[in-house]
Amino acid sequence: MDGNLNALTTVFTEFYYWVTVVFMFLIHVGFCMYEVGASRRRNHMHTLMKNVMVIPLVTVTFFFFGWWIYWAFPMFPFFGGLDLEAGAANLPWSQNMATNLDDRITGVFWAAFLLFSWTAASIVSGSVIERIRSSALWVHAVLIGSVWWIIDAAWGWHYGGWMVKYLGYHDAYASGVIHAIAGGYALGVITVLGPRIGKFAADGTPRDIPPHNPWMLTIGIFLIYTGFWGFYAACNVPAISPEAIGGQITGTTWTATNIYLAPTSLSAITFNFLMSLSGGLMAAYVISRGDAFWTFSGGLAGVITASAGNDLYHPIQSMIIAAIGVVIAYKLHYWVERKFKLDDAVGAVAVHGYAGFIGLVIAGFVLWGAPSSPFEGYATINPLGQFLGAMIMFFGLGFLPAFIVAKMQAAAGVLRIPEEVELEGLDYAENHAYEDAKEAIIEADKAYLASKARPAN
Amino acid sequence: MSTIGYENWAVDLAEVGPIYPMQGWEIPMTIVGVLFWLGWHRIQFVRERKHLEAASQRALDHEKVQRSVERY
Repeated sequence: MDGNLNALTTVFTEFYYWVTVVFMFLIHVGFCMYEVGASRRRNHMHTLMKNVMVIPLVTVTFFFFGWWIYWAFPMFPFFGGLDLEAGAANLPWSQNMATNLDDRITGVFWAAFLLFSWTAASIVSGSVIERIRSSALWVHAVLIGSVWWIIDAAWGWHYGGWMVKYLGYHDAYASGVIHAIAGGYALGVITVLGPRIGKFAADGTPRDIPPHNPWMLTIGIFLIYTGFWGFYAACNVPAISPEAIGGQITGTTWTATNIYLAPTSLSAITFNFLMSLSGGLMAAYVISRGDAFWTFSGGLAGVITASAGNDLYHPIQSMIIAAIGVVIAYKLHYWVERKFKLDDAVGAVAVHGYAGFIGLVIAGFVLWGAPSSPFEGYATINPLGQFLGAMIMFFGLGFLPAFIVAKMQAAAGVLRIPEEVELEGLDYAENHAYEDAKEAIIEADKAYLASKARPAN
Repeated sequence: MSTIGYENWAVDLAEVGPIYPMQGWEIPMTIVGVLFWLGWHRIQFVRERKHLEAASQRALDHEKVQRSVERY
């Protein structure tokens, strides 16, 4: 780090991303609470363990190959080969991927992306509770967390990605690259997995399966909101000079940028985060007629809808766009549930998938003609590019691979738990062990009392 | 044509101010936003009134009310 300004910028950037990682951990805590709250008592430990083990499995695979994909795949395979030079610095055996005083940024930047990976996997985890085998879900977690989403990030969430360059794809806070793909992926899995026993009546009418603990859900989703602040900050470069960007920007004024290195500000995204959260909550309250969980999830869906353009929108636009996205996502959820008899246990496909898809399309119109990049020769933002991008995210990299892998798992008999286990509960072994242990220790205490202590006269 | 007023970033950021779409339409946007907010109150007031009227009809069932009271 030559010079005080360079040192200060580097250490500030390092600390900035580190803080975002800590905040984003709360997203996972929130998902765990939400899933456990939504599951029935007989499935608690299994549900929790299923989501907790996403953390190590996605982390190690993201270290081994996920991060390399991001740097090697921006043009691969449609518009060029693998970028092996950029990828080399991000291989697990590279000295940049270790304790190294010459590189203080790679670790925190890798971790910020990793937390996005956990989120993508955790979104899928919620929709499949109470009937998927953990082994099957964990394969999907690695695939969505360390392969598919990071390919879409290389293509559409990288300053040199082909979708940005040729389609003008713009997705500043990940409506598509995290939420649409994860929602599409969840849809692909539940299409093959099937609904929980009892979800649909004989005539096909869907039944509500109420959460066992509404307060856990509430706290869970509020923690997700909190972690989302970190997510937003992590999508920015906090302070960079035009010289360091190396694009078309002239002058010497430093700026924060989005992931494409195009100018925005932390203040702008703070306005828009709060206004889209509010627009989402208000619309969801009305459309769901005050249903608590749809209202809370609607806040999240509102932010997700507006996220594609929240680096540039006016706050009122952000609020209205959020409200529109929530209404469409809510209607689509019930239409798909009735029409295709799909059981999305936590509404993840709607809140993340449909809202993310809609958000991308809306951004194409509202930001039409705006530059997608600070570099010369890039397409500007446009509706067709955004629509194609949404299709690639939701169907191409989300639904399709999930459907194929789930079909393979189903054919091999390793996707779904046996019916009798589903009815007894996935925690049956733990539940019996708990009851046995409780009975044994009560008996032991009673025996001790009888042999050592006399009743008072 | 660009909705944010810039078709590329070949600019000196020292000379750039607002970059949101529909600059110049702030007042109409505010009116739309306020209508959204007031409309929300209107819908909520009407629905809550209907909900409470229906609830008060159900409350005429003395046994159900008593069960609710005992439920705490």
